[in-house]
This record gives sequence, structure tokens and C-alpha cells, in this order.
Amino acid sequence: MSTHVLPVLEMAAPTLEWRALAPVLLVFAAACIGILLEAVLPRAYRFLAQMTLVFASVLLSLGFLVINWRGDYGGRLAMGSIMLDGPTYFMWAALLIFGTLAFMVFSERQLNGGASTFAASAASVPGSVDETDASAARREHTEIFPLGLFALGGMMVFASSSDLIVMFVALEVFSLPLYLLSGMARRRRLLSQEAALKYFLLGAFSSAFFLFGVAMLYVFSGTFDLNGIHAAIAANAQSSNGLVYIGLGFLAIGLLFKVGVVPFHSWTPDVYMGAPTPVTGFMAICTKLAAVGALLRVFYVALDGERWSWQPLFAILAVLTMVVGIVGALTQSDIKRLLAYSSIAHAGFLLTAVVGATQVVPAGQGTSASAIMFYLAAYGFATIGAFAIVTMVRNAAGEENNIEGWSGLAAKSPWVAGLFGLFMLSFAGIPLTGGFIGKWAVFTAAWRGGYWWLVVVAVLASLVAVYFYLRVIVVMFGGKPAKGVYVGNASAWTWIPIAIGAVATVWLGLVPDQVMQLATFAGGFLR
Amino acid sequence: MMNPENYLILAALLFAIGSVGVLTRRNALVVFMCVELMLNACNLALVAGAHITGTLDGQVTAFFVMVVAAAEVVVGLAIIVSIYKTRRSTSVDDANLLKL
Repeated sequence: MSTHVLPVLEMAAPTLEWRALAPVLLVFAAACIGILLEAVLPRAYRFLAQMTLVFASVLLSLGFLVINWRGDYGGRLAMGSIMLDGPTYFMWAALLIFGTLAFMVFSERQLNGGASTFAASAASVPGSVDETDASAARREHTEIFPLGLFALGGMMVFASSSDLIVMFVALEVFSLPLYLLSGMARRRRLLSQEAALKYFLLGAFSSAFFLFGVAMLYVFSGTFDLNGIHAAIAANAQSSNGLVYIGLGFLAIGLLFKVGVVPFHSWTPDVYMGAPTPVTGFMAICTKLAAVGALLRVFYVALDGERWSWQPLFAILAVLTMVVGIVGALTQSDIKRLLAYSSIAHAGFLLTAVVGATQVVPAGQGTSASAIMFYLAAYGFATIGAFAIVTMVRNAAGEENNIEGWSGLAAKSPWVAGLFGLFMLSFAGIPLTGGFIGKWAVFTAAWRGGYWWLVVVAVLASLVAVYFYLRVIVVMFGGKPAKGVYVGNASAWTWIPIAIGAVATVWLGLVPDQVMQLATFAGGFLR
Repeated sequence: MMNPENYLILAALLFAIGSVGVLTRRNALVVFMCVELMLNACNLALVAGAHITGTLDGQVTAFFVMVVAAAEVVVGLAIIVSIYKTRRSTSVDDANLLKL
């Protein structure tokens, strides 16, 4: 019997490119400082201190990002675990911008009579004396800000990692805070706790699948590096290896779960409905951005050689996702569930461009990745604005989420109804809004990839989808004003994200050139 | 010496047992334990993979997975305990308020 001697591991101190990594490091540093602030600051100062820390760090990190982007820093960072290329820059910028807007909605306290949307004490039993005492004492969970920052940092790493282990750790770093955040609603706490439980159990289940896929690809190639896996697949192109297919399938399950693609979508409506609305807004765009970023990187960089295996599979899933999302949305009576099904349908539209997989294009034309990034930018501004408006439509018990309650909203507040209508039109992909240009871009990418039948299905699907978006507009503008529902007097923390979302939606619809150029310029993954 | 690929088959079996458990068991704690079983099946596959490919990355990764699993326990138990305090039940069938 021979003993297998493994090579001696030489531990070299890792080198970090501090400046290029600054955007991510700043976010994580601020999250850690935020935890410390919780421990040392008196309760009265915490909210203000946390808010200052969050916005200072996110804006500073955005500043570093812009400077680095202009200075054209790039390449493999942190011992090959993070790839700083065009898509990474675009995704980081989008995540930071949408994160900032979402955290603004987190900070809103005027709507709720001086308290945030989050539970006074998440550990207290709903309806108990503890809970009443905590509310009466005006206690607040300011941990929401560090949790949000950890999630944002995790998403940034997830979208940029060029190593499957870093990707797995980042997946957990951004998921775990989100599980907690979705269980912290102030009102309707049973629903919120249930959403957290479902999200947690299904999320943990899907990340186990992700990890098993990683393990299989490792057994096949002996490396976790995306480029190394690509090389191993290319080297074994003649012999088909089952391990690659198992790994590919399991990895896809984990990633598609986070994107919210059918048949891994069932958590989306429940979690979107149960989570506090500001958190739903944050999840709806930022999780999708990060997950699509990682999906693209894994399948375009590491598994590019197997594209004939995954393209047909993704094409079928795209059709299923569009159909289920749209049919589901047609029957909803709750606005947050409707937006959840709409987000499933949008995941289907995004997937059409992923299937197209055009990566090498003549100069000046966009790749699949650039089409997807533009789509996500347009979708994100409308999403952030729409969920911010959902927090403003209220009844005596809190938010009014029933669509019947939204009846005649235009008579009560033309501005709120009009802006919500604008976001709905953008979701529906009506011309002159960002959503239209985004849809145009992703369908073009799918067409170039040779999937013309998928484009036909997707165009038909988006025509049907117009119906349920228009239904909301008709209810708001045509219905009889519902009793007991009013538009809350929100502070600037809610109005700024709505205003930015509206301006950006129209801007991306009328003059998309600049952002489109940025996305086109950033469309290529480095190896 | 045993063929290291057998360990991969064992890992796949453990993973399958865990996922069947997640899908069929009703107690949130047991469901969660099944998820942990799946993660440990992945660890076994990673360590076996390190042996098969003659690299150390898989073994190091197993430690990362353990740490991640521990963090997941912290968050998961917090959520399950808070649900239990509210409803006096950890059955996932009882958590059924969120529906169409």
C-alpha cells in the first residue's frame, strides 16, 4: 500500500490591490464599523450615526469606483479571486447606486409616525407585552444598516468573483443578512417571520445545490478558478464527462434560484409579500443584479465550451419563466405579489439574452452581457421607485397592499398615481420608457444568437404582460376612490428614490445612448 | 486501497438523502438538519476530489464550507426560534399564511 503524499502547502501572504478593491472593502469596513457602533453608542444616536456611515461609505465607494473606471484599472485582483473587468465595473456601479436608493427608503421614519418600517424588537413575540413595551419605548433596530451593507458587499463580490469558492462564500454573505432583514417587518409580523423562514430554508437548500455543483466541477478540473475550469473542459473536449454535466446542472439550480427563474421561483411571491417593503425593493433589484452577474460569469467564462448543452435548457426555462410569471401576475390581488410575479416574468426576458450568448461582436455593437446590464439598469430604477411608492399608500393598519384599495388613487394624489403608472409602463416595455429600450436590447441579443423563435415567444409574452400592468393603471385612474386609504406624508428619504427612479426611467427611454454606450463598452468578460 | 471515486458515490447518496429529507420532512429543524447533511456531503465530495486531483484546494474549501454552515446555523436557528415563540410550532405546514 502506497501512501499518497500531497505537496507541501506553502503559505504565502496574499497581496491585495487596495485601490482597485477599495469599493468593496469600504462597504465591508463600514458594515463592521456599524456593528461596533451598535455596541458603543447610546440608542438615541444610533439611527443618525448608522445613516451617516452608510451613505458616506456607499458614496465614497462609488467615487473610488468612478475614478478607477476612468483610470482603467482592471484585471485579476486578490490572488485571482476577483476579476475587475467591464461587467464588474458596471455591476458594481449599478449595485452601489440601487443600494444607496434602497437604503434611503430604509431610512424613512416620517410615514410611520416617527418609527422605521422595521420591528421595534424583532426578538419579541408578536402581540406580546414585550412588543408593546418596545414600541412604546421607541426602540428601533438600527442593525438593518450594517446588515444591508453586508448584503450589498456580498452582492458586489458575488457578481465579480472569478473563483467558485469566493462565489459561494459571497452567496452566503449576501443571503444571510437578507433572510434576517425579511423577517423584521413592524406590521404583519407573522407574515414577515413566515417569509423569513421560507426564504431561509429554500435559500439554504439551493446553496447546497450550488456547492455540490462546485464540488463536481472541482473533481473534474482540479481547480475552482473559472478560467481553469474553461481550460479543463477545452482539454477534454473529445471525451464527454458526466461530472461536468452534473456540476453544470447543480450550479445552474443554485444560481437560477437567486435569479428567480421557474421552476425555482416559488419563494419569490411569498418573500416579496412578507418582507418589509424597503427590503423587498432592495432584494428585487440588487439580488437579481448580483445573481445575473454571477450567472453570466459562470456560464460565459467557465462553461462557455459547454454552451450547446446549456443553451437549449435555458431557452426552455426562459419560456416557462415568462409564462408562469405572466399567468401568475394576471390573477394577483396583492400589489407586492403582482410585482413579484412581474419580477419572475422579467427574469424570463433576461434569460432570453443569456441564451443568445453573443460574446464576440463587431465594434460598437453590444454583447449579450451589455444588453442584460442595460435591461437591469432600466428595470432597477423602475423597481426602486415602484416599491418606494408601495410604502406610501396606506390605511389605518399600515400599508395598503390590496389592489382594490388602490382604486381611485389618482383622485387622492395624482403625482403618486402618475409616477406609479410610469413605472408600470416601463415594466410593460412601452416606448419612451427605459423598459422598452431594455427589452429591445435583450431581444436583439437573443436574435443575434440565433434564437429567433425565443424572441417571437418573448414578444408575444410581453404583449400579454401589458394587460396586468395596464389593469393597475386603470384601477388607479378609473376606479372609485377606496375608503380609508390615503397617501402617506413621506419625507425626502422616500421621495428622492422615487424622483431619481422616475427621471432615470424617462431618461433611459428618451436618450439611452450614454448608458447604452457605457454598457456596450463594458460588455466583455475578461478571462 | 479503496477507489476514491467510491467516496464521490457516497457523497452523492448522502446529498440525495438530505434533499429527499428537505422535501418530505415537516419539522423546520429537521429540514434544516437535512440541509446540513447536504452541505457535509459536499464536503466529502470536496475532500475526495482533493485526493483524486492531487490538489489541496478541496480540503481548504471544506473548512470554508464548515464556517459558512456555522454562520447559517446562527441565522437559521434565530429565525426558527422566533417562529416557534410566535406559533408554538416548528412545522413548515403550519406556516401557511402567505398564499395566492
